[in-house]
Amino acid sequence: MQCEDVANLLPGVGDGSVTLRGSARWHVDRCLRCQTELVQYRKVLRSLRTLRTEFLEPAPGLLADILATIAESGERHAVRQLLSGRRAAYFGGIAAATAAGAAGVVVLASMSRRSRFRVAS
Amino acid sequence: MKARQGDHAAFEELVRVTYVDAYNLAYRLTGDEDDARDVVQDAYLRAFRGLKRFRGEAQFTTWLYRITANCAASSLGKRARHRHDVLEDDEDIVDLSARVDPAEQADRGAVRDRVKAALAELPPRLRAVVVLRDVYDLSHEAIATELGITESAAKVRLHRARRKLRERLYPIPGEDERDARHAV
Repeated sequence: MQCEDVANLLPGVGDGSVTLRGSARWHVDRCLRCQTELVQYRKVLRSLRTLRTEFLEPAPGLLADILATIAESGERHAVRQLLSGRRAAYFGGIAAATAAGAAGVVVLASMSRRSRFRVAS
Repeated sequence: MKARQGDHAAFEELVRVTYVDAYNLAYRLTGDEDDARDVVQDAYLRAFRGLKRFRGEAQFTTWLYRITANCAASSLGKRARHRHDVLEDDEDIVDLSARVDPAEQADRGAVRDRVKAALAELPPRLRAVVVLRDVYDLSHEAIATELGITESAAKVRLHRARRKLRERLYPIPGEDERDARHAV
């Protein structure tokens, strides 16, 4: 086994996601170059993890911008809901008026038919 | 959770507590302050709209990281479409080894700064994966989903990113030549 054969495994070994077995392990245990690379991968990983606790302060105004964007979106949503509610009420009213009108026409028609029947008899 | 039930004040409080963290992630992914601002605003807007879909199984911050990663990927995609000099995965990282001696600097304890510089020089697609996995501890599955790639592609990119970082931070004399010979 050569260094090139295990080189692809070393980044994974560094974070514990890959376990070396058999001839790969035998090689790394005896190869100074691979051991050095492994140590370097571990150092890189450790340094990357420390970045998690390092904060870059955003320029002032970001929080206000985020909150304003959300508030604006919330307002738009509320207006949309209000409008859709009103629209529903509007169409509901029209539908109710139409139904009432139709019912009135039916009643009037049946009444006029009855009165014509009485006159005829 | 009050925020999930539509409590604006509760969501505002969540924003206050997490926005610096989200901004830092956005900045590390985009490498640009203005882009990071846009990404983080977009991320919170999406989070606010999708709050009912947040099932509370993961931490809010993990969920927010995923949204931020997704927004950053969209932003980088847009940026790439507007530029002709898109960085490809295979593009070589600038080798500064002639100007500085990384081993010496490491000994002086400046590894973290050099890691940041090396990260900044990584192609965006590799940087995104290594930042999400090694800095923010997101799973391969989550990274793949948010970046719109397969899980195996995410693993390959992570491997390449780590290798490039190591080579950048600890260049071994003659390694480039050996790799070039190996490639031939």
